[in-house]
Amino acid sequence: MSDPVAQAPQQKERVRKGDLQKVVTPEHMFFEAPRETQFITGSEAAREAIRRANVDIAISYPITPQSETMQQAGYLYDEGYIKDYYRGEEEIGVMAAIAGASRSGVRSLTATSGPGLIRGLEAISSWPGARVPAVLLDMCRVINTPLAIQPDNIEISFLLNTGLIVLHGENQQDFFDYPLIAFVVSEQVDVTLPVVVSVDGFFVTHARGHVSIPSADIKLPPRDGWKCAVPAMDNENPPARISRDAPIQKSNFISYHMHASWQQEVFAAVQRSARYLRKYLKGLVEIVNPDAEEMIVASGSAVSQSREAIRQSAELGRKVGLIKIKSLRPFPAQEIREACKNVKRILAPEFNQAGWLHKELCSTLYGYSNAVIQPGPRVFGGMTMPTEMILEWLEECRK
Amino acid sequence: MSSVKRYNIRMAGIGGQGVVTASHILSNAVIISGGESSLVPFFGSEKRNAPVESYVRISNDRIYEIGEIVYPNVLMIFSAQVITLGKSYTMPFYTGLKKNGIIVINSKTPLKFSLDEQRELDENGARIYYLPATELANEVAKTELATNMAMVGAMAAIFGMPDMQSIEGSVRDRFIGKGIVVSGGTAALDSVIEKKFAKKQKLLEANMDTIKAAYQFAIDQGWAEEAKNLREKAVAV
Repeated sequence: MSDPVAQAPQQKERVRKGDLQKVVTPEHMFFEAPRETQFITGSEAAREAIRRANVDIAISYPITPQSETMQQAGYLYDEGYIKDYYRGEEEIGVMAAIAGASRSGVRSLTATSGPGLIRGLEAISSWPGARVPAVLLDMCRVINTPLAIQPDNIEISFLLNTGLIVLHGENQQDFFDYPLIAFVVSEQVDVTLPVVVSVDGFFVTHARGHVSIPSADIKLPPRDGWKCAVPAMDNENPPARISRDAPIQKSNFISYHMHASWQQEVFAAVQRSARYLRKYLKGLVEIVNPDAEEMIVASGSAVSQSREAIRQSAELGRKVGLIKIKSLRPFPAQEIREACKNVKRILAPEFNQAGWLHKELCSTLYGYSNAVIQPGPRVFGGMTMPTEMILEWLEECRK
Repeated sequence: MSSVKRYNIRMAGIGGQGVVTASHILSNAVIISGGESSLVPFFGSEKRNAPVESYVRISNDRIYEIGEIVYPNVLMIFSAQVITLGKSYTMPFYTGLKKNGIIVINSKTPLKFSLDEQRELDENGARIYYLPATELANEVAKTELATNMAMVGAMAAIFGMPDMQSIEGSVRDRFIGKGIVVSGGTAALDSVIEKKFAKKQKLLEANMDTIKAAYQFAIDQGWAEEAKNLREKAVAV
């Protein structure tokens, strides 16, 4: 019998479109490359970011509202912009697989929403300690009962103390810019950490906005698996080492001293990432009307609502300021203390019941500002925040 | 600071009527004509006859805020069932409507509201226009699937914008051009209507004819003139 392999028809060599793209520096991608503005959804903006991100592997499991974005990523795989792509069995499997992919030294991407994030959280919270550079796109969605698919963002509070870098995008433009920046920062040698880019689902992912993007002919430099705080897994010499550093896997056999220093180093690395994020995000915060006595401090969609509220407030003759927080981890404590030192009243509008940003602000500003920090306004269950509500709260706290 | 003119539109209908498609077409037409607009759809399990809402913001200035519109100044009701059977996320259907708001309802005949509803609508100065959108669609495009087009046409007449050329550009984008990302259910309906119109050009023409017929209907009823007089007043945002 003849060899079936030899008989197989010759597959036509397929040209991966990603191979035709030109590698440019992050600086060129973010600041220099000419851009044109498109009117697209957040999912499409993320797709355009992924197209230019030189992603080696994407793994995900569908969940609304994330599915649309990763469906778009599927098209990119088909076109040859992503080298490998598959649907995992469920989120724990996906998040574990991403850790494995990243440890082998390749640029890895995943995405999820609300309940999927919580399901995958066991694996996700093991990433920072394992020093896994990867990007997780998180399209926020209600996680508690009663069930809803709307963009309540309480899930972000679960990410804040894991050692992850957490960015919170406001709109479609941010959902293009932040994922690209996330890959670059994630893979810095002195960072080597996973980055989550959260946006509020539907309002950003399924709605259209103006997004300024550079040409699809360029892409970020590939990941260099050896430029890493801990080396990539040695796949050349079987059996592959499961762990990068044996003592870390030994549970209670490890000395507390060793564990403490490892943890401290992870959180120090989060702080070190601020240097890169300040450069690429053009600051961890954006401040509007810095001289105002009243300041709204917000992240995500609440920023957009606040922009409109301060515009309406200006029409009524009152100047109100705004601090947009782009990065939640590292938290821009220094910037917020400086911006709020003379402020009298602070509003913290949030799309969740817990008020995680309010708590963060209180602990950051304690001893640094005499401002009254209002615990709200807040909307629940993924409802948007009417600008009328922000104006009412402003009115109320002036009394 | 120059004052900002703003339409905040809440569209409500039932699954399969093309509420989300109508919002895309209206919003995109405003963008094509040089204005500012944004939209967000809202629906649960995607199935025919289930409640659907979609929200469109139109402005002459940059639009910052996002998400559903809680306090609209315009309501477009694509199906009387939204009101009569309560097939809606917003009950009663006019909840949050700003003073002197505009309501366009797809119904051949005026609906009977409860006494409380009628009183609240009256107190709020709501202006209700009844558009036989389904009848117009059946008559002009020979399919009720063009009901959403009739709603868009009437709105364009009432707003005095976007212009017909921009609307045509938008309809073209939706069905022929670069395409808009649509959900699975909508894609299935797209293929139904594409089969009905052997050529996409025919589909485009049928849709445009329906839009123009509804536009003319709104002009003939005097809605456009009435709205124009009111537009001179500042729009409450």
